[in-house]
Amino acid sequence: LSGSVTMAADREERRFAEVSRDSVKLMAESAGLELGDEVAALLAEDVCYRLREAAQSSAQFMRHAKRKKLTVDDFNKALRWSNVEAICGYGAQDAMLFRSVKEGELFFVEDRDINLIELALATNIPKGCAETMVRGMFTLLSSVVAPCSVPAAVQSLSDDLLKYYQQITRAILGEDPHLMKVKSVSHDLEQLNRLLHMVKSLVQNPYLYLGSYVRSLVSSVMYCILEPLAASINPLNDHWTLRDYAALLLSHIFWTHGDLVSGLYRQILLSLQKVLSDPVRPLCSHYGAVVGLHALGWKAVERVLFPHLPAYWANLQAVLDDYSVSNAQVKADGHKVYGAILVAVERLLKMKALSLPQPAEGCSSSQPGCLAGPMGYRVSSPGLSPPPEPLAEAGLGIASHLQAGGAGCQWEEWSPVPLPAMYSELYSFFGDSLAVRFSTEQSFGGFSPCTPSHFRETRKEPLGHVSNPDTTRKMPQLTANLNISPRQDGSPRTDPPPPSLAATGSVRSLARSSMQRSRASSSRSGQRSIGLSRDVFPKARFTSPHSGPPTFSFVIGGRQMGRRCQGRRPFQTIFVPTPPPPVVLPRVYTHKLPVIGRVCKPLRRWTRSHYSLHLPL
Amino acid sequence: MNFKKAGLDSCPLTLGSTDQSEGSILRSRWFPFFNFAHAQFIFKMAAVQGGMVDAKDELDIKSEPPSDGFGNSNANDGRLLSSSPGAGTGGTATGNNKPAPGPPEEQQTLLAVLQFLKKSKLAESAEILRREAGLPEDALDPKGTDASGSGPGLAAGSGQVDGVDASSLLSRVTVSSSAAAQAPKKAAAGEDQPDVSVVLSAYSQQGDPSLYDAYYSGLKRFIESVLDCHRAELSQLFYPLFVHMYLELVYNNNESVAKAFFEKFSGDQECYYEQDLRILSSLTKKEHMKGNETLLDFRTSKFVLRISRDSYQLLKRHLQERQNNQIWNIIQEHLYIDIFDGMPRSKSQIDAMSGSLAGEARREANKAKVFYGLLKEPEIELPLDDEDEEAENEEGKPKKKKPKKDSMGSKSKKQDPNAPLQTRIPLPELKDSDKLDKIMYMKESTKRIRLGSDNLPSICFYTFLNAYQGLTAVDVTDDSSLIAGGFADSTVRVWSVTPKKLRKVKSAADLNLIDKESDDVLERIMDEKTASELKILYGHSGPVYGISFSPDRNYLLSSSEDGTIRLWSLQTFTCLVGYKGHNYPVWDTQFSPYGYYFVSGGHDRVARLWATDHYQPLRIFAGHLADITCTRFHPNSNYVATGSSDRTIRLWDVLNGNCVRIFTGHKGPIHALAFSPNGKFLASGATDGRVLLWDIGHGLMVGELKGHTDTIYSLRFSRDGEILASGSMDNTVRLWDAMKAFDDLETDDFTAATGHIHLQDNSQELLLGTYMTKSTPVLHLHFTRRNLLLAAGAYNP
Repeated sequence: LSGSVTMAADREERRFAEVSRDSVKLMAESAGLELGDEVAALLAEDVCYRLREAAQSSAQFMRHAKRKKLTVDDFNKALRWSNVEAICGYGAQDAMLFRSVKEGELFFVEDRDINLIELALATNIPKGCAETMVRGMFTLLSSVVAPCSVPAAVQSLSDDLLKYYQQITRAILGEDPHLMKVKSVSHDLEQLNRLLHMVKSLVQNPYLYLGSYVRSLVSSVMYCILEPLAASINPLNDHWTLRDYAALLLSHIFWTHGDLVSGLYRQILLSLQKVLSDPVRPLCSHYGAVVGLHALGWKAVERVLFPHLPAYWANLQAVLDDYSVSNAQVKADGHKVYGAILVAVERLLKMKALSLPQPAEGCSSSQPGCLAGPMGYRVSSPGLSPPPEPLAEAGLGIASHLQAGGAGCQWEEWSPVPLPAMYSELYSFFGDSLAVRFSTEQSFGGFSPCTPSHFRETRKEPLGHVSNPDTTRKMPQLTANLNISPRQDGSPRTDPPPPSLAATGSVRSLARSSMQRSRASSSRSGQRSIGLSRDVFPKARFTSPHSGPPTFSFVIGGRQMGRRCQGRRPFQTIFVPTPPPPVVLPRVYTHKLPVIGRVCKPLRRWTRSHYSLHLPL
Repeated sequence: MNFKKAGLDSCPLTLGSTDQSEGSILRSRWFPFFNFAHAQFIFKMAAVQGGMVDAKDELDIKSEPPSDGFGNSNANDGRLLSSSPGAGTGGTATGNNKPAPGPPEEQQTLLAVLQFLKKSKLAESAEILRREAGLPEDALDPKGTDASGSGPGLAAGSGQVDGVDASSLLSRVTVSSSAAAQAPKKAAAGEDQPDVSVVLSAYSQQGDPSLYDAYYSGLKRFIESVLDCHRAELSQLFYPLFVHMYLELVYNNNESVAKAFFEKFSGDQECYYEQDLRILSSLTKKEHMKGNETLLDFRTSKFVLRISRDSYQLLKRHLQERQNNQIWNIIQEHLYIDIFDGMPRSKSQIDAMSGSLAGEARREANKAKVFYGLLKEPEIELPLDDEDEEAENEEGKPKKKKPKKDSMGSKSKKQDPNAPLQTRIPLPELKDSDKLDKIMYMKESTKRIRLGSDNLPSICFYTFLNAYQGLTAVDVTDDSSLIAGGFADSTVRVWSVTPKKLRKVKSAADLNLIDKESDDVLERIMDEKTASELKILYGHSGPVYGISFSPDRNYLLSSSEDGTIRLWSLQTFTCLVGYKGHNYPVWDTQFSPYGYYFVSGGHDRVARLWATDHYQPLRIFAGHLADITCTRFHPNSNYVATGSSDRTIRLWDVLNGNCVRIFTGHKGPIHALAFSPNGKFLASGATDGRVLLWDIGHGLMVGELKGHTDTIYSLRFSRDGEILASGSMDNTVRLWDAMKAFDDLETDDFTAATGHIHLQDNSQELLLGTYMTKSTPVLHLHFTRRNLLLAAGAYNP
């Protein structure tokens, strides 16, 4: 059996492999026997039959060993129980090579020689295989929860995750299966809160691969953020906190698991945008959308909230301006939204300003080319003095600009708005409350806070307001924002130059390149505004003959009542000088500003506290 | 034989006291139950032993009967009460006090036995038997000649043949081994044990081989032309006729005609016979017919068909009109047609029940009463929950007079009308430790999760990693604290799945040193140095195919390819006994739910019932036509179910050894069996990937669960029987709604009487879940006492 076996190919088609007469003859010859054709044929047939029989009984051993693969061992066992000698030498696991010799139509199993001496003296002794062990693992977790009561949001979960979910919800929500739906518990903030905490723990569980189920989780959280919960009807219920928490959670999910779902960010933004642009929805939904955007970062705010603001503003304004008693509750809600938007845009401005110097910092090794496109915009835009806009017309003008530029849902058409334009636009909505809130920030964040290279800002803040951001202002204040082109040596600033500043030359070249770009952009954005500008302060006072346009904006903030500000815009004035088009490199001089009211010393420049996510609401 | 003694002595700690009490109970109650039928099967066993052992063991067996088996029968009364081993089996020959010869069939059997005894030179025993059975002095002679003259008296002939067989076996073995061919793996252990030549001689009478084709196609044309309602029934004839005609052709050396016949008509046969047809097609020579098991199966057992009277009359008339004697002869000789009155069955009804090697079960075979109810639980007062500590303190006396009763306790107060008598078979008395365990069980069961279609169990999968040796069997203790694996490298490995490590008992010398009066003596006898998570038991010399923990977790059974079953102590982690008897691979073994007894089944086609303190089997259940692949105890321990490669399931009465149920319907070898916890139902899984559900009381198939795509290796009902879990080679665990499957039953009288079932195909509704493993075949399933589902298998990359 162990020799070479020729398979009959020319025989009639049969269901079985057969050992041919010739093979039998060959075998006999090798054993020193001479066989006649007839005998060989008979023997061959018998051998076939016996082989098949052995194969059949060996299959039984395979079945009982609970395998699908028939091994030589099984065959040997079958042989053994048929009182036939076992075949040796084929116990190895690897497949055997079946070779053919062309001239002889001979097929054989390759049997290589093994050098036992080498094997015995081999130094690389193979390691023993790992120990057999038993490990338990849950294949299915289940609970008493009926599948029908699973919220639609998570119905797309895989089975075991679903069970996991149910297990958790049961743990949180108690035994009552009627509480299982998020909707059914929307009257119960406690439950929702617990649900959200559950989601949080789910997200934080490092052993759980959420995969595409992030989407389901997100939609659950979004529900909490956006939906007009039944609990919101009662003004005593603090559903705002829930929304805030959900928004934070959303951002957490997004930052930790956002990479698992492509386009998740976009989807979230779109749905938030949808809510925001839907005036029928209650204010609490809008509030949720705003805090959601806010939590997703300033870029989200910039992309969605900012373009929408003009359209939305009208609605909000209407609500806020209605002083009727019946409207009191709605109005209070409106103020909530107002406050939320305010916080969001503040951060937007702050972060935006903050982002400006980053590329410059990175590119201090005189590589102007490394400025990325959008960054270039940001860098360049503050270099221009934003056109001062009259308050009355600003709303209209910018609204029309935005409608043209991408106020709609067309995502792709969005393009970043230069910071000053944004600021002024926002200012047109919020007035001094914007500025005031800047000034009350702990951080030195306001407006391009840490500009190591290009721009400086001096900022005067009223003393005494630094440490208590939430106090209601009564005194009119003046905030001055001064953007000054960098000039190390000539700078009259009281502050020491930033230590990270690179060689002047490089800065200059950088600045130049950015200026070139900014010119282009200024010609674009400036078209509308130049005619409208209203110069209050003579520019000469702040511009040196050869310098570029340092940007000053004076904001005089009036009565500010904090969040519930009745006088949203009690009075506000912005003074932004329009500089002449820059001719040479901007030069910077800092002046002591004439200040109405108190002036605070500029805070430490390099403080990083504006990174803090804490935002007073 | 001495092995057992030595084993027991070496471990006095583990077997000592229980041994005595249990053993005496058994023997004192055993005797009255022996009856005539029992004697019958014992002799079947004798025939089996005589005829089936291979050359080596032949001598052992030959020397055995005089000393243990039949020799005892002379002094049976005295010996039985004594503690001599083997009394349970041996003494039965004359144990029956019925002098009546019984119906002719039984008389023939008795004659056969007589003949065997004479051949074996057991004249004394033969004389006793003759006297007891009331047979005439010369009963043997005329019969014997009759049988040797061939012809119809097969049953009588068998006795004579057996003797011949035993002697001829030796020569045959030597011849075949020298010829490098297959030795007779066994002579069939069928009902009537015939010699091959006698069997085959029946094929010698034959007509013109060239006409076979015409006969068959004539019948085929006829069956295809009859009314639809009869066609399905008569189509059952095709397969057995085809096989017998083919074999006749082969036997008469018409090889080419046989081949042509096969090729022409094999395509007509039902697809579930494919496996047998393949074996058949490889058989083309008369010489090969000898020793071919499938052939012997076919010949020795009449293929059973169930046909309505109308259809049968139709067939009979047709064959008589056509003078088609050839086919008529085959029907007369090789087929058993079970005729019933009433509507002919539909195709689907027939298909549901057919597929076994020997056709359907005869209706009478399933008529015996089966006491499927549960035994009354022993009265153990459950301590109140808040007195847990107290219970632990008073370990010795858990029986406290407490008014509170567990719900289970009160339920078991009433005797189930379907339950067997409590003392129907002797069961071991509960030890204190057993009672403690029962209390633990009850406590756990109060915390059990109620499962249902809307509340599926959690599944915990135990994966055997790095099991290069090949995992072949798994078992988990009832309390889920230990898991054991049988491996193809002959080892048995036991793991502790709780933090409690496995420890051996100290050596005898060290045991002398400990204070035997101390309270924690049970703790002190354990050797801390041996604590480990895993213990490996060496002893077998072949793959371990079956493994079973004793209910008290003190012992472990393993059955192996080497033909032995071994009993291991989980206190000392040594082998206590090796039970020899099967002589061929033992595919499965299982402990009784009450311990002490165990059942085994293997390649020799018989299942054996053993008691741990007997090295000879107490019962031999013979009747399957092929290997016994799995064995299960009924929850009341009075019955044993066996699944076989002949695609039937049989239920055996432990008391008298009778086969009380034959279930047909599977289309492949059966590899998994499970009784429902209430004892009423049986689930079976086979290589065909289907799970079939059976009503034991009525002897009916009551459900079919389709879904698996490969062999089902494990089945388990949840503790309350609501969920059936099935594990398969296709790497899935599936959960089925057993409640619904059994609730929907329509067991009207007609169905019960005729055994004609209407199965609706509702597998998809009953399937509650499919759970994939990571390329790990599911070899074992186990519900913990709180209904957590444990599954086990070896990772198979």
